[in-house]
Amino acid sequence: MPAGGCCHPAATESESARETVLAADQHDPFSHSPMEQFEIQRYIPMDLAGFDVSFTNSSLFMVIATGLIVLFLTMGMRHRAMIPGRLQSVVELSYEFVANMMRDTVGPEGQKFFPFVFTLFMFVLFCNMIGMVPYTFTVTSHIIVTFALALAIFIGVTILGFIKHGVGYLRLFVPHGVPAALLPLIVVIEVISYLSRPISLSVRLFANMMAGHTMLKVFGGFIVMLGIWGGWLPLAFSVAFVGLEVLVAFLQAYVFAVLTCIYLNDALHLH
Amino acid sequence: MPQLVIEDFAPQIVWLVITFGLLYLTLARGALPRIATVLEQRRDKIADDLDDAARLKQEAEDALKDYEAALADARGKALEIAAQTRATLTADVERHTESLQQALDARMAEAEERIAATKAEAMKSVRSVASDAAAAIIGKLLGDTADGDTVTSAVDAELRAG
Repeated sequence: MPAGGCCHPAATESESARETVLAADQHDPFSHSPMEQFEIQRYIPMDLAGFDVSFTNSSLFMVIATGLIVLFLTMGMRHRAMIPGRLQSVVELSYEFVANMMRDTVGPEGQKFFPFVFTLFMFVLFCNMIGMVPYTFTVTSHIIVTFALALAIFIGVTILGFIKHGVGYLRLFVPHGVPAALLPLIVVIEVISYLSRPISLSVRLFANMMAGHTMLKVFGGFIVMLGIWGGWLPLAFSVAFVGLEVLVAFLQAYVFAVLTCIYLNDALHLH
Repeated sequence: MPQLVIEDFAPQIVWLVITFGLLYLTLARGALPRIATVLEQRRDKIADDLDDAARLKQEAEDALKDYEAALADARGKALEIAAQTRATLTADVERHTESLQQALDARMAEAEERIAATKAEAMKSVRSVASDAAAAIIGKLLGDTADGDTVTSAVDAELRAG
């Protein structure tokens, strides 16, 4: 305490009490809701013609994912070696992976859409995988992001179908070999299933990512709460669950891309 | 639930469009064609190498065939030469054997002739010796000289009988 200080003992006391409260607050696992990790924070608030275009944590991780993808692809293909190195092998592997997936589901006509599907797969994969790093933000854990992607795919595929087949694209809703009596019912079901595609596509990815991250957060909280004696069980679970989540992160990116391919295939070749 | 805050939708969509659009353009224009080029080059190179390998294999097989043909040819020639040599040698041997045989035959005939002559000579000597001996024996036994002709004819008669 400096000489001639003006601090009253009471003030010091209340200050230290507040610090204690703050410290307790920081260590209380339930002070942060498991959903807090999904909150959008505006780093640079911006407004453009009445639209909110703020640079948020979500934007930051979209930019990071995009940057990492470009970095990965350019660093990997830096040498353009005839005999690929490790990184180039991974780049080529990802290329061949998506190319094979498209060849299997869409066929040679899908080649035009390869850049789009590749971009989609890489974007979702990198967003999911970056989300596995602690303290990051998972872009794909927001329904609006996955829904925007899914809706864009849905609209694009529908337009493509009508360009390719004209009104004949509506035959998509009339399966072969259905008795005439059942036809009205079947057509209604087919239309509903077609229209629900963007919803199922987006909700699948969003729900998987959100559920996984929420679970990890909840079990992380259990570790802290149960402490050194009881925390080992949730810790073991968390470790195993992180492994599963990495798998899910890859799998959901794959599923998203494969379903896009299947929708493309429907639009290109009517069944 | 932070995902359902409507005010947060606009910035996310805007930045999704910006980042995804930029990523798409970058990949479609730059990165993916580059990877495709490298993969294609490698495929071409591998196909070329395989073609080369097939061509070299064909060449090797042709060379092997040529070699085998040459080998068979050489073996045939060698057999032919061996047969020829054998025939020549056999003929030579036969010729030598024959001339030798003839020489031997001639010498044998000569020898036989000489033997016969010697024998005849010997017989003649035997006759005169026998006659002389007989005459001497007769002279000793009888104290009388025997008539030479008689003795000789007697010896002849004995020789003929013996």
